[in-house]
Amino acid sequence: MSGGGTTLAAAVPARTGQAAQPGRRWGLFAAEGLFWAAWPAAYFAFPDYLPLLSQVAIAALFALSLDLLVGYAGVVTLGHAAFFGLGAYTAGLLAVHGWGEPLSGLAAAAAAAALLGLVTAPLVLRGGELAGLMVTLGLGLMLYEAANKAAAVTGGADGLQGVEIWPVLGLWRFDLFGRTAYLYSLAVLFLMFLLARLIVSSPFGLALRGIRANAWRMHAIGTPVRARLVAAYVLAGAFAGVAGALLAQTTQFVSLEVLAFQRSAEGLLMLVLGGLGRLYGGLIGAVAFMVAHHVLSGVTPQFWQFWIGAALVVLAIAGRGGLLGLLKAVWARLLSRRRGGGSTAQ
Amino acid sequence: MLTVLLDGVASGMLLFVLACGLSVTLGLMNFVNLAHGAFGMAGGYVCVVLLNRYGVPFLACLVAAALFAALLGAVLERTLYRWLYGRDHLDQVLFSIGLVFMASAVVDWLMGARQQLITLPGWLQGRIEIGGGLATIGVYRLFLIALCGAIVLALHLGLVRTRFGSRLRAAVDDAVVARGLGIPVDRIFAVTFAVGSGLAGLGGALGVEVLGLDPTFPLKYLVYFLIVVAVGGANTILGPFLAALLLGVVDVAGKYYVPEVGAFVIYTAMVVLLLLRPQGLLARGGAR
Repeated sequence: MSGGGTTLAAAVPARTGQAAQPGRRWGLFAAEGLFWAAWPAAYFAFPDYLPLLSQVAIAALFALSLDLLVGYAGVVTLGHAAFFGLGAYTAGLLAVHGWGEPLSGLAAAAAAAALLGLVTAPLVLRGGELAGLMVTLGLGLMLYEAANKAAAVTGGADGLQGVEIWPVLGLWRFDLFGRTAYLYSLAVLFLMFLLARLIVSSPFGLALRGIRANAWRMHAIGTPVRARLVAAYVLAGAFAGVAGALLAQTTQFVSLEVLAFQRSAEGLLMLVLGGLGRLYGGLIGAVAFMVAHHVLSGVTPQFWQFWIGAALVVLAIAGRGGLLGLLKAVWARLLSRRRGGGSTAQ
Repeated sequence: MLTVLLDGVASGMLLFVLACGLSVTLGLMNFVNLAHGAFGMAGGYVCVVLLNRYGVPFLACLVAAALFAALLGAVLERTLYRWLYGRDHLDQVLFSIGLVFMASAVVDWLMGARQQLITLPGWLQGRIEIGGGLATIGVYRLFLIALCGAIVLALHLGLVRTRFGSRLRAAVDDAVVARGLGIPVDRIFAVTFAVGSGLAGLGGALGVEVLGLDPTFPLKYLVYFLIVVAVGGANTILGPFLAALLLGVVDVAGKYYVPEVGAFVIYTAMVVLLLLRPQGLLARGGAR
């Protein structure tokens, strides 16, 4: 895993030890290519659904940020929407007050969210896991309430209106059909994904995985556990901030809902649905979640909420492999069958 | 001033009855049960339906609410919860959030999203003056204080004086050793879970008039329950009780004197208290 983000092996958890097998390598390469080719293909295939597709890309980025924190660093949070919301309000407020340049808006949102992460990390990581859980919940609710009460700045329950975004790179203006919005979101998602892959395959990413597996041992071999976790928290916050800013810029509106507890919970669901601790898990989970949302919530909203709940319960009881775990199991079965013998790979 | 204090005490007592079951699951069994409020909501709706649709007397409604929630708790504990004992907190969080979503959706579908209202029986309405005009307090608040006070006393005596209480304390102190001594730890936890759920149901029914009741109830009051447990610690009745009283008074005073800040007071209180006493969360018994 030394080749940085460009090695394909980086997508495979090191513990499988099978990354060197050529058949598996090419299979993964094809799967990755297909996954990323599907996004631009969707642009042409579903021109009427571009706003929804933008939402999917944004949700995927949010789930990716949550994966960095929960899946890799093993810090469970119930308030990740705080970063998303702060990013959204940062980008939104900048645009309302006359600076609608989108890329610097993203950067500002990332910086604001990272700062929030830096300030709150000591609070969250201070006690045990349970205390951290509740502090994140409390912080998320505090921020929601603060945004709700500070109606003069944020627009409160009515939402932040009048967000004017300038053309991307001065070339492409945001159109009514959401074409620019989708391609812009997609490009940001892809770049952030590459960055995330670089991060998780770096020594830093490996240290995070080690901490998640056994924090005491990592401490004993000289890893500054605390500093690594703070860094992961800040980083995940920045990623979520970018996702929030994307939402604000592409919809040109910020509602209080960006900070809601529901968003934090849904992020966790996407992650667990796709598979925890694999970068593609969050992405695939987000796609599955958003598509299911679109289809099911057409029936009745309560119906949808019931099924999210049911999915969470089943996933929690059944374990965390998620969709990717399922795919991997099927793939391993296929490979072992192709080699004949009928004996299992292990 | 005194009026605010008394109202705060009443709602604090109510919070204690709602939350004390959670102090057992979270504090003692180390299970993150974010769905505790759902049992309170179940009790509340049972009470509303019986009272408004079938005209059952209020006190009987309270009993029915408590029994229904206890039964629900027992069934869920045996069928679902027990799979998740000893699992990661993340699994427990996901599971219980899922339960909350399902419960809210079902209630929304059956009863609608609006606030539920009940009419209290005549003997619980009105206000009386106490201390020679020093303060007034609603009769219902007084009833709450008396009833919840009685429950607190009963719980305390039950935990300290009875055989079941001493077994529970033993199971909490060290489940392995308790099991070795032949104490049926699983069954004790199951019974405790049911009792806690039943009390939550009772609290939900009592709270319709004070806290309100709609499908968002479990999430809205989740933070309150967590504070009670987090601040109160787990191995006594007294700790969570004092925490609940404090919380009730702060909450009512906050809403009364600085309404524009709203729920912010409570969230801040929670975070600050957690930072000051992170170990109060698990008290004894819980391992990190």
